[in-house]
Amino acid sequence: MSATRVAVLRFPGTLDHESAARAVEGTGGEPVYAHHEDAALPAGTRAVVIPGGFSYGDHLRPGALASRTPIMGAVRAHAADGGKVLGICNGFQILCESGLLPGVLRPNASLSFICRQADLQVADSGTPWTGGRNEGEVLSIPFKHHDGAWFGDPGEARVVLRYAGENPNGSIDKVAGISNLGGNVMGLMPHPEEAQEPLLGSVDGRVLFAALLS
Amino acid sequence: MSDAVADDVPLHRTLGLTDAEAARIVELMGREPTDPELVMFSLMWSEHCSYKHSKPLLSGFPTTGPRVVMGPGENAGAVDVGDGLAIVFKVESHNHPSAVEPFQGAATGVGGIVRDIIAVGAKPIALLNSLRFGALDSARSRFLFRRAVEGIGHYGNCIGIPNVGGEVQFDERYEDSCLVNAMCVGVVPQDRILSCAARGVGNRLVLIGNRTGRDGIGGASVLASAELGDDDADKRPSVQVGDPFTERKLIDLCLAMSEAGLLVALQDLGAAGLTSAASEMASRGGVGLSIDLDRVPLREEGMAPGEVLVSESQERMLAIVEPAQMDAVVGMARRHELDATDIGEVTDTGELEALWRGEEVVRIPSLYLTDDVPFCEVPRDPAPAPEAIDLSSVPEPDDLGRAWLALLADPNVASKRWVFEQYDQLVGANTMRRPGGDAGVVRIPGTNRAIAVTLDCAEWLTELNPYDGGVASVLEAARNVACTGAVPIAATDCLNYANPEKGSTGWRLAESIRGMADALTAIGAPIVSGNVSLYNESPRGPIYPTPVVGVVGLLDDASTSIGTAFARRDDAILLIGHGEPRVDASRYLGRCAGSPPPPDPDADAALYRLLATCARERLLASAHDISEGGLAVAVAESAIAGGIGAGVAVPAGRRADEAMFGEGGGRVIASCHPSDVAAVSALAGDGVHVIQIGAVGGDDVIIDAGGSVARVPLHDLARVWEGSIPEALEAQ
Repeated sequence: MSATRVAVLRFPGTLDHESAARAVEGTGGEPVYAHHEDAALPAGTRAVVIPGGFSYGDHLRPGALASRTPIMGAVRAHAADGGKVLGICNGFQILCESGLLPGVLRPNASLSFICRQADLQVADSGTPWTGGRNEGEVLSIPFKHHDGAWFGDPGEARVVLRYAGENPNGSIDKVAGISNLGGNVMGLMPHPEEAQEPLLGSVDGRVLFAALLS
Repeated sequence: MSDAVADDVPLHRTLGLTDAEAARIVELMGREPTDPELVMFSLMWSEHCSYKHSKPLLSGFPTTGPRVVMGPGENAGAVDVGDGLAIVFKVESHNHPSAVEPFQGAATGVGGIVRDIIAVGAKPIALLNSLRFGALDSARSRFLFRRAVEGIGHYGNCIGIPNVGGEVQFDERYEDSCLVNAMCVGVVPQDRILSCAARGVGNRLVLIGNRTGRDGIGGASVLASAELGDDDADKRPSVQVGDPFTERKLIDLCLAMSEAGLLVALQDLGAAGLTSAASEMASRGGVGLSIDLDRVPLREEGMAPGEVLVSESQERMLAIVEPAQMDAVVGMARRHELDATDIGEVTDTGELEALWRGEEVVRIPSLYLTDDVPFCEVPRDPAPAPEAIDLSSVPEPDDLGRAWLALLADPNVASKRWVFEQYDQLVGANTMRRPGGDAGVVRIPGTNRAIAVTLDCAEWLTELNPYDGGVASVLEAARNVACTGAVPIAATDCLNYANPEKGSTGWRLAESIRGMADALTAIGAPIVSGNVSLYNESPRGPIYPTPVVGVVGLLDDASTSIGTAFARRDDAILLIGHGEPRVDASRYLGRCAGSPPPPDPDADAALYRLLATCARERLLASAHDISEGGLAVAVAESAIAGGIGAGVAVPAGRRADEAMFGEGGGRVIASCHPSDVAAVSALAGDGVHVIQIGAVGGDDVIIDAGGSVARVPLHDLARVWEGSIPEALEAQ
């Protein structure tokens, strides 16, 4: 059986496509890049990752321009069919700007960029994204963003991950990551693709990529 | 640029050229230069571009060695790290622009050094910064500090290169002249290294990236080669404006073109813009270049030919391309949403020619611009040698614990987390040791090797004794790298000094270079790239002589790297190294005074060998350089990083406070499993001591210096050390 094909999106200004592709590979999937101007996902795509970065240099609003590109039409159709989508950092912002996830990402309460290793608490064990971990279990995954404070109605989404301890960015309800009510579209500000190897300090990000491929 | 020129002042003087230099230009050319030609000479003969004061001194640096693939002279130096790969790196200053407009000044400093790395064909994998500002009780210094850090973050985060280390210092001597030095490290297959040398008559000259505007006109001469003064706000138009999104596209495009073999040569446009880039490429290749200025894509109308030639608009590269590859180059650029424009060709004349509206406005042999600058002998008036500190004149603290906390709260000693949390330290998923330790450690992508990188400088010692300060600047940087277990293999330097024509600055420059050269030779780390920034001086006085040294070390097995954090309860704590602590020129003394014993490069080299062997054999759980704040601060930092207390006992030496807080020598606080102490000791030699001084554990950190005991709860040390800089910024 061939490996599960995962489309890794690239917009001008995307930065984390290589590490996201490596994480897909490390989980046993087959990463294929898809570009902003493509009208369709690569043939045989089973899941989509929207990696982090500064698509279009954050011009207008983070994620705003990327959300209106042709490839996002294809991602919408994929999600409507129940296909899995994982948006990381700028990918989360793009998903919110696209309407695939509720709410918006506002500038951090400190108004500055923050890069920090964070403990994330599993807030909902009922989605596929945390691999059966119990509520309250903790994942160590770094975050790094300027516009990471999620603002929205938690009732419109499933809050999958919350920052443990103090709220680092002013997010409503300490939200770090949410999925849609259907559970197939997941967005989070922390970077699971940078928590894949013991050498880099944590492997707790593997669970999200495993979920993407399951 | 002529708006401010009074009618009776000759053009060359308003451009920063001396009368003698202007006369020399007429003599070389055999005629009066055109206005655009004079503008080009003024930039290329500025200190910033020509190093006319420093170049004769720099020849003392060791620049060769078995690992050197490309030494100084190109956009960046390169060293062999195995697997057919080279690590490419350079440090560069952007001091004057940052003093005038800190956000854009610092941001474009990052952009500029990154383009130096991509010009060699390398993929950038790490950034570092060395920053110096006035004391934090000054509102202006707080503003410069905040905005420079924001600018570095804004640019660096957006281009996707992890920031893995550096240093920040505060001293009133940098109140007017802040220092912003940026270092970039890249990796490239050795057979794909690009030179800037133009080759092949008839090949096309291609301008890639941003359009050209009026920003940054005269930056190298007006700003960077003169002292700052009260009219600095007027110089704001000389500061460039950065666009990191375009830089990211430019990085991707240059790497793609290099991988596809489309480029004959590549050069970034930095100080003096097209003039500098084209003349360097022509001189290096021994050819001429003809530029049609009408084909340069412009951002604004009505630019004069001289302005097009020296504009420092950012995010531009100049390439030499074979005619047959032009379609591929233009097509690839279009796919990256960038311009690539054929603006001229390689000629066999050795001259730089520029056409404007069909007329020749410039014809200068390129060597006149790059090689014929009249060098200046700097005056070398020695400053008197300082006296050693009389210890009895230093009041002994009643409470060593309180003195310890006060030292941890000194912004020069305190945690710089407020700074590096604003930088993406992780992008690329190769960062193994993040900022805050002795050196950043980054895996070389696609391999099991890693590099350790750091920037450091001993400016107080360089002021007091410039030779020793040069030695110490090298050794402190190399020791930081060695503490990760890496072998220091090569170095880069950024020499930040005041006006070399005044006082003892010229002597300090010459002496510190001599010290650096001797130390680099002793530890076997040649210089492969560097930068000089002079005139860091204002009416209120000169900066300290600040020779910032960047050292790159290699770990053949990435998994053997060592961090600074104590790891396990009951581990033995070792004091490893050579030399005795002194209060002279220490942070504990709190002022630049005294005369510490000279640093010992040979003993330090032996220390590095010991640390590298211990890393390979996986004997050490942690290692941390004893630097500012002395042994007590190093122990506290390892304890805070590990979240675990410690207890150590050392001899009092001359006095307990000196034993705890004194600096000097080459000393490291390490920890290991108790059963490995004997193995570590057995490996020591060549004047390196290994002494077991205590154990990891408990909730307090306890230091016993000859019976005088300081005991402070770990959380108090951490609170003070981590809170100092944010509090200094918030209190205002």
